[in-house]
Amino acid sequence: MNKQKRITEHPVLGRMQDREEVTFTFDGHTYKGFKGDTIASALLANGVRRLRVHEETGTPRGIYCNIGHCFECRTTVDGADGVRACLTPIREGMEVKSGQKEALPLDSQHHDAHKLPKTYADFAKQEAGDPHV
Amino acid sequence: MYDVLVVGAGPAGLSAAIACREWDLSVAVIDEFPKPGGRLLGQLHQEPSGEWWNGIYETDQLLDKAETLETDIRCGVSAHHIEKTDAGYTVHTNKGLLHSKKLLIATGAAESAAPVPGWTLPGVMSIGAAQVMTNVHRVKVGQKGIVVGINVLSAAIAREMQLAGVDLDSMVLPAYNSVTADHAHPKKVMDGLMRIAHLAPSAFLRFGSKFAKAKWIRDLAVSFYPSGGVKMWGMPIHVRKAVTEIHGTDQVEAVTICKVTPEGAPIKGTEEKIAVDFVCIAGGLYPLAELAAVAGCPFQYVEELGGHVPVHNERMETPLEGLYVAGNITGIESAKVARAQGTVAGLSIVRDSMDAVDLIEHGIESAIQNVIQTRENASIQFHPGIHEGREKVAQSFTAYNSHT
Repeated sequence: MNKQKRITEHPVLGRMQDREEVTFTFDGHTYKGFKGDTIASALLANGVRRLRVHEETGTPRGIYCNIGHCFECRTTVDGADGVRACLTPIREGMEVKSGQKEALPLDSQHHDAHKLPKTYADFAKQEAGDPHV
Repeated sequence: MYDVLVVGAGPAGLSAAIACREWDLSVAVIDEFPKPGGRLLGQLHQEPSGEWWNGIYETDQLLDKAETLETDIRCGVSAHHIEKTDAGYTVHTNKGLLHSKKLLIATGAAESAAPVPGWTLPGVMSIGAAQVMTNVHRVKVGQKGIVVGINVLSAAIAREMQLAGVDLDSMVLPAYNSVTADHAHPKKVMDGLMRIAHLAPSAFLRFGSKFAKAKWIRDLAVSFYPSGGVKMWGMPIHVRKAVTEIHGTDQVEAVTICKVTPEGAPIKGTEEKIAVDFVCIAGGLYPLAELAAVAGCPFQYVEELGGHVPVHNERMETPLEGLYVAGNITGIESAKVARAQGTVAGLSIVRDSMDAVDLIEHGIESAIQNVIQTRENASIQFHPGIHEGREKVAQSFTAYNSHT
């Protein structure tokens, strides 16, 4: 915990109160934060800034607004995807994964591209189990 | 079915809930942030009187009162849709549907972006993000940074970061593009800066603020702006320099800044690279009003209030029966104004919910006077012309009601 980038002393707010430690993982690595931290604040305190990559280009992304509006910090938490790291408190044993590059639905180079629906009608047929989409 | 549902546990939402609980209405307050307090939580600045305005302390005061009155406050609840029903309102949230007779939307404000190339790199964040990290989570956002965007909010938060021991190189403008627009225009930025100059321990700015009403003086100040910047709390503020690009591979490593003309055009050959590991972008605040829009509330665009605001009157009523608004959703002002508006909204809801018209009327009147007084005493004004802006919305409300 000593290596954390914390503001322990503050001339107006005073000393940072002792808080309970919470252990969680991010992409398989174990990190510690404090009770009351969000995933975003706990990771930043540990020097982790890249929370996902852009689904299409693979370029790195981190927190931007930190209050839930921009949706830049979405991660996968205990299997649920699209979870905003800045609004989600860490819990003991929580498994967090970064957002990854995704297959492009309309990219003909992708090996599964021909199977992907191109219209909503295609999608509805596929959902209904029609193999001839 | 609650008597009242409040969306947003900031200063407006909490003080409204307190007023409603004092009259024993059943109230639920929801907020999507893990802690109540809204943007008040991160605030920390010194008033002209020398006293500190500490958002965490102010939030605790409101929470103590709310808890004494057994107010139901639920955090981590995101509202994404609102339906008007015969009985009142149904709010769709990530934790299911909530029903109430009256609804107060007190969602506050969000930050406008002032994007420059490279702004999606990790380590680039809004100035408000840095504020929450610094004062609420007590995390240093980096080793050394630069603030892009010079306005009331960014100056206040830059000072907060300094207090926390976070190293800032300087404050500069964003390079001009169709989105950054006025934020990249030195003369317009100077106009805004003069509104906080009285708070700055800088002779240049204090001198300038005395002439804040004389535009030619401000323009002169921009034309002869010192190339080393004007120091506010020891940190250079450059209204004649702009960040043109943010560099880095996996995260921020440096920025390129260049000198600009008094109109904001980059001056070729003046580029220099500065090593930083974080960048705070400050494009100002706008009212976060989407939920009022999906509820069907009419809107008006009022520049002086920061953007599109739901039509409302000074009692915080909207033209939709049972729908109220308070706080920054009605216009960008200080947390003190938001808190005072919350009390007005709460009392209006009480008046409209129970047979207490005569009893409460006096209370509403004095709560409205308190909003006006608080506004007049505000040490920081986010937008000039707040009064004119408020007047425009009040006229809209009257016009809307006479047509329907």
